[in-house]
This record gives sequence, structure tokens and C-alpha cells, in this order.
Amino acid sequence: MSRAIGEVILDLQNISLRFGGVKALTDISFDVREHEIRAIIGPNGAGKSSMLNVINGVYHPQEGAIIFHGQERKKMEPHRAATQGIARTFQNIALFKGMTVLDNIMTGRITRMKASFIEHALWLGRAKREELEHRKKVEEVIDFLEIQHIRRTPVSRLPYGLQKRVELGRALAAEPSMLLLDEPMAGMNVEEKQDMCRFILDVNDQLGATIVLIEHDMGVVMDISDRVVVLDYGKKIGDGVPDEVKNSPEVIKAYLGAGH
Amino acid sequence: MRFFLEVLISGLLSGVMYALVALGFVLIYKASGVFNFAQGAMVYLAALSVVGCMEKGAPLWLAIPLAFVVMTLFGIATEKFVLRKLVNQPPIALFMATIGLAFFIEGLAPMVFGSDPRALDLGIVDEPIEAILNNWGMVISKFDLVAAAIAALLVTTLALFFQYTRIGRALRAVADDHQAALSIGIPLQHIWAIVWGVAGFVALVAGMLWGARNGVQFALTFTALKALPVLIIGGFTSVPGAIVGGLIIGASEKLAEIYLPPLMQSAFGGNFGGIEGWFPYVLALCFLLIRPEGLFGEKHIDRV
Repeated sequence: MSRAIGEVILDLQNISLRFGGVKALTDISFDVREHEIRAIIGPNGAGKSSMLNVINGVYHPQEGAIIFHGQERKKMEPHRAATQGIARTFQNIALFKGMTVLDNIMTGRITRMKASFIEHALWLGRAKREELEHRKKVEEVIDFLEIQHIRRTPVSRLPYGLQKRVELGRALAAEPSMLLLDEPMAGMNVEEKQDMCRFILDVNDQLGATIVLIEHDMGVVMDISDRVVVLDYGKKIGDGVPDEVKNSPEVIKAYLGAGH
Repeated sequence: MRFFLEVLISGLLSGVMYALVALGFVLIYKASGVFNFAQGAMVYLAALSVVGCMEKGAPLWLAIPLAFVVMTLFGIATEKFVLRKLVNQPPIALFMATIGLAFFIEGLAPMVFGSDPRALDLGIVDEPIEAILNNWGMVISKFDLVAAAIAALLVTTLALFFQYTRIGRALRAVADDHQAALSIGIPLQHIWAIVWGVAGFVALVAGMLWGARNGVQFALTFTALKALPVLIIGGFTSVPGAIVGGLIIGASEKLAEIYLPPLMQSAFGGNFGGIEGWFPYVLALCFLLIRPEGLFGEKHIDRV
């Protein structure tokens, strides 16, 4: 591997998140280093997706600090995450169903488009240049994910596995420095999982993106992640390299029950 | 034949006027997935602000931009005080909010601008075009023709805007999925404010044309009811659909009004009149049975 894991770029300190009386996350701290693949695992309802939503600025924790690139993040609007270089995919695919694959991936570049609305409306020089430039970038993403043949297909007609891939493409089109993947392999067959693994590793290796992912498939997680955080009932019960986590008694207990 | 053509053309032209109102619905439905119950009230508000400004002494050319300012402010306020609180809520919550909005406007607008029916003179006369009358012997209203031209221009602009601009793409994205739109950095708030502003502008054009034709009065809010069958036929999500739907409704209701009564009379006996009033709804009902998503609407296939 050519990549080198760098400094801590995201530091979550004592995060607690409540919805009314329900404690979704309690006093969770962990960090993410540049260029690493960081997995969040845990049984259903452990608070994994909530954690991702906290990183993404959709949820605002009541307690704790989020330090991103050395700066403590104040409460931010959810759409700001994208401009800070954070892109994501969703557990239940959230593509724009009415649009083609190309248009969907193109939307990923929306924050990078600069030409004004008037320029676009009149299709003036800058707007045209810009559209072509973005189009080129999008084609690179399409090549990278090997979805050239479905470029013009409306996404609602695609099978599940391909939709997940398009969603990854939309996230990649933004050229993110950090990529949040919420169960990228859920509902896939073995072959599709292998493809997705390869893409995630390539994104990490070739594009240098830091990846935070939630995944249920233990084999996959242990194979591709550099470090793993384990959550259970909103609390952190494990954190470390895959081997460490795998042999932690607390983690085994959470996954297999107390009897084992 | 000449008479048939005359009826058809005047029907098509009035259909464009329906389309204009339907367009406002489509815009907001596209961007927020919400049926905006307040669209009729917005048409009323827009027309009232034009007349209101003129009563205060502003000439027409000034009253129109002033009314546009009113509609834009209204759009921004709607986003800020109503919609922003409802992000990620189910569409029914947003729908209920628009019902509240409709009552709010219907109460507030007459308080500000006065409630008595008034005429609005746009300087376009509602009389037959002489050239056509002389050469073809058909009565085609000048006003209808101008109104249709204005509507056509508006629709073309909007269709291009949605299809080819960055904001248009953002609008479509927001319409599809709020969460995903936020995740790629589309500021939902700006987009909604823009959409309501544009819908306000469309309401302004519709309000002026309808107001000039029927007078500016509370009944303008009911134009929204005529837009319903148009939407059902054209599809809620399509700008071109609103136009085609409008043309179909306009033409078919006028033709039905003229040609159906004799047929029905010979079949059932008795007198039939006012078919124009209910025919569009029956037509819409048939469409609902055969093609519920409308001619141009997006077909959603839900997996069970």
C-alpha cells in the first residue's frame, strides 16, 4: 500500500446525543486519522448511524466536542458538511430517483459549480466551460466505478447493488477528503460485496480519501479497516485494530450474548 | 367546421390560462413534494397587490414590480416561518401547513388591500381580432391571444430553467430526497425560498391575467380548483404536463359545452347546460382510473 496514515483529522470528544428521553449516544470519544479506513460496528440500534449523522452535522450532540481539522466545530447547518469536504452515502439508498445515473453523479458537484444562475440560463461561456469541466470529472468517476454502460439509465430502474454504486459515485464526484459510508454492502451478494470492497480500497488508496464506514459483515470489516470502533446501546465498548477488537471479551459478549 | 375551429381555438386559449395556475402548483410540488393548497390564495394576493398599489397612486408599470416584491417577500417569509420548521417531516405535515397558509392569506390580503371587487385594466382589450374576423369569419379574442403568448413564454423559460441550470438540477434533487440533497451540500432553505419566489411570480402573472378578465375579487382563489383537473391530466411533476393538461381541459370543456347537450338531450331527454362546469372533473376522474400519474408525471413503483 502506498498510502500513509497521517494525523488525526477528526476528533470526537465525549459525544452525547439524546432524542427527548432516549439516549442515542453516551459519552463517546474516538478519532479518525487521515487516509485511514475507520469502521464503526455494533449490533442493531447501537447508535452507529446516529454517530455518522453527528459527524455529518445532521444531528447536534447535546454534549461533547467535534474537532475537525484542528478546529472545534460549532453547530453547523447540514448542507455545510459537503463544502467542508465530507461526503456520504445512506443506509437506505437516497438517490434522486427521477434522474439518470449521470445526472445523479453530476449533482455531487453542485457545491463546486460557480457560474451564476443567469450565466447558466443563457448558457454563457463560463457556464458552458464549467459544465464541460464537471462533466469530465464525472466521467472519471463513472469509469472508476465501472458503470459506463448505465450512464443514461434512470436510477430507479437499476438493481440494488448498482444503485449503491451510483450513490458512492455521487459522493465521490464531490472529491471529498472524508467519505462516510453507511452500510455500503448491506443487501448485496458475495460478488457485489467483493466489487464494493475493491472500490472502497481503491478510493482510499488512489484518491486518498479518509473513510468512515458502518458495516455489518464482520469478515469485510476485519479485512479492510485499519481501526474499528465498537458501539453497543450507545456506548463505546471497544476501539482498536481489528485483531484487538475481535478478541475483546466485551465485544464478544455484545455480539454473542453473555453465555459464551 | 369554422364554428368548430372557433370553439376549439378559444378553448385552447382559455386552457393556457388554466395552465398558468397549474404551473404554480407544479413548481412547488417539484421542489418539495407538497401540494400547495395556498396557490389559489397566492393568485388572489398577487392580483390584489397590483390593484392595491394602483389605488395608492402607482401606475401599472410600477405596480407590477411592487407586487412582485410583495410576492417575493411572501415566498421568503413562507420559507422562514413555515417550511424551515418542517424539514424532514412527512409531506402531509407540509400540506397541512399550506392549508393554514391559504387561510392566512385569504384573511390578511383583503385587510391590507381592501376586499371589494375591482377591475384591473392591463391595457389589452378583450375584443375580437379584426383581421381574423374579416378573413376567416372567426371570433378570436385579442386578450386571449396575448395571455396565451405570455403564458407560453413563461412556460418555456421555466422548462429550460429546470432542465439546464444548476439551480434547476438542485431543485430536482431537493424534490427527490431532502436528506440526500443536504448531504451533497444543497442549501434546502435557499432552494425553497427560490421556488416559492418563482411560484409567487407565476401567481402574479396568473393573477393579473385572471384579474383583468374576471375582476380582482375573492373568487380568484377558486381558479385553483380549475387547475386541479389540469394537474391530474398533465401530471403533478411536469411543467410541459401543466401546459398540455391545460390545453386538453380548455379545449374539451368548451367543445363539450357546445356539442354534448344535443347528444345527451336525444339520449336522455330534458335540458343539459353548464357542462363546462363539471366536464373537466369527470375527465380527470377518467384519467385517474386509466393513468393516475398523468400524461407526463413520474411513475413511482413502490417495492413491497
